[in-house]
Amino acid sequence: MRKLTFAQALNEALRQEMRRDPNIYVAGEDVGVYGGIFGVTANLLEEFGEERVRDTPITESAIIGSAVGAAAAGLRPVVELMFVDFIGVALDQLYNQAAKMKYMFGGKAKLPIVVRTTCGAGMRAAAQHSQSLEAWFMHVPGLKVVTPSTPYDAKGLLISSIRDDNPVVFIEHKMLYGIEGEVPEEPYTIPLGKADVKREGSDATVVATMMMVHKALSAAEKLAQDGISIEVVDPRTLSPLDMETIIESVKKTHRLVVVHEEVKFAGSGAEIAASVAEEAFDYLDAPIKRIGAPFTPVPFSPTLEDAFIPSEEDIISAVKEVVGG
Amino acid sequence: MAIEKELLLDMYTRMKTIRAFETKVAELFAAGKIPGFVHLYAGEEAVAVGVCANLRPDDYITSTHRGHGHLIAKGGDLKLMMAELFGKRTGYCKGKGGSMHIADVDLGILGANGIVGGGIPIATGAALALKYKGTDGVVACFFGDGAANQGTFHEGLNMASIWKLPVVFVCENNMYAISFSQKKSMNVPDIAERAKAYDIPGVVVDGNDVIAVYEAANEAVKRARAGEGPTLIECKTYRHRGHFEGDPMIYRSKEEVEEWMKKDPILRLEKRLMEMGYLTEEDKKKIEADINARIEEAVRFAEESPFPSPDELLEDVYTE
Repeated sequence: MRKLTFAQALNEALRQEMRRDPNIYVAGEDVGVYGGIFGVTANLLEEFGEERVRDTPITESAIIGSAVGAAAAGLRPVVELMFVDFIGVALDQLYNQAAKMKYMFGGKAKLPIVVRTTCGAGMRAAAQHSQSLEAWFMHVPGLKVVTPSTPYDAKGLLISSIRDDNPVVFIEHKMLYGIEGEVPEEPYTIPLGKADVKREGSDATVVATMMMVHKALSAAEKLAQDGISIEVVDPRTLSPLDMETIIESVKKTHRLVVVHEEVKFAGSGAEIAASVAEEAFDYLDAPIKRIGAPFTPVPFSPTLEDAFIPSEEDIISAVKEVVGG
Repeated sequence: MAIEKELLLDMYTRMKTIRAFETKVAELFAAGKIPGFVHLYAGEEAVAVGVCANLRPDDYITSTHRGHGHLIAKGGDLKLMMAELFGKRTGYCKGKGGSMHIADVDLGILGANGIVGGGIPIATGAALALKYKGTDGVVACFFGDGAANQGTFHEGLNMASIWKLPVVFVCENNMYAISFSQKKSMNVPDIAERAKAYDIPGVVVDGNDVIAVYEAANEAVKRARAGEGPTLIECKTYRHRGHFEGDPMIYRSKEEVEEWMKKDPILRLEKRLMEMGYLTEEDKKKIEADINARIEEAVRFAEESPFPSPDELLEDVYTE
């Protein structure tokens, strides 16, 4: 099958959806002429024009807030928040307005909004351009949180997010943009709320998101050489969260490691670990292990940033610990 | 501008309806029948009514925490409003929103809002949608003097100005952001001056003169429908009651309140209508009797309606 990069897969999803539905528009900082700071909206302006591909001022609150008003009035905005770190200046429009509007209005509002944003460390971009804030959004009823890890998932999940009638925070790890993978040419959807078993195994379950899926898969190869078979489960969407698939896997492997790039404390993994403890405690043969970043801002210097990001070795040693090796 | 008798009487009736509604809400709140926070619109009726008299059913508004007046002016149903204030399942929001979140999307009312300035970007986006779809619809965005110091004010006006969106930004300057005087909260005497920063028209009007508000809004709405972009209208007004019911109001002098009571927008219009021969004492009594009957009906509807059952708690979080 044809291969695309993660960024190209997203670009194709946007292009195909915009061709399908004239009510979809894209807006954000540098999404037009520049094609997006990471190239995800490249060449959309040429095809769809300024009305549908809107370069905005640096005005995050109005970018998200105008999406709320436009969606309430019948459009399907896909807006870009250049870095998830910038959500602080726009958060009210997302969590107080977009997320709650349907509920506050007694169900009589439909808010089909996608906020695409980038997360993650690895570019030496320091504390305000590198964070992983998935758990913030997971904590808000009314939002959906999508966290793709492969080009295939990126395209299918973005198409589903655009077609969803709820506000979706679509988080793209910036270190994934260049990875290649097989992506069908035709449009396709991946249901929001359905985890994917990225590798089957029998000795331990590793639940991993975004960049960590790749590290877990690589760790799985190495562990296999030591005779340890791990199952890698990618939730793909953190809200709704497919606990069923995770628990099924734990029932099979009896051991769980959860890994993400967010700080470990109160990260998405805490929710996953707690739910497994509540619902599948009797199936566990070892304490659950969580791996996340330390409780610090993201540092700048390469030696510090490398130490901050959870590594493949961290995953390998956690797995060995839970399997008693 | 000559305003037809019929329209003047309609605006008079709407203003009186808002006042009667708010008076009743104050009474019911004091009696413990309305839970939560309520922020009453009494005294500012000319603003909502003068602006909304220029709107069509397919136009939108965004409102504020002090939103009952905007809803009534845009055509909101008194029964559904009152039931919502009571927290009843028959209310506009099935009892999930309350006073600060009443909305009727079908009537173009994109909601009251509990966040000061929260509606400004939303109004801008609704205007984007109207323009995008090629309609000549407009959005009236209501907010107060306090909101004019929020970042969303700057962001919304800037975005609407660069994209020439059909928004009429209506600042209800009632001189106080809760207790903090506008004189101390900004260095400009007129909020409308801030329009210069976006190169859009900024107009100051007597917000207690419904005709003045109507005329200013008429021009702004025409401009917006013609694709010429947004206008900022600042309506100088005053709230008769506290910020919320229960406000001790230690920040306003008795003299100041009395001075503004003399400028009551309803009494002023009434006097003019009588001078013009458009209204008699008898007409007035009939209008009042009709309004009171509608308010009583709304209260009865609210009182007789059921509360939502606890299992409705989980409904309406997501669209399936």
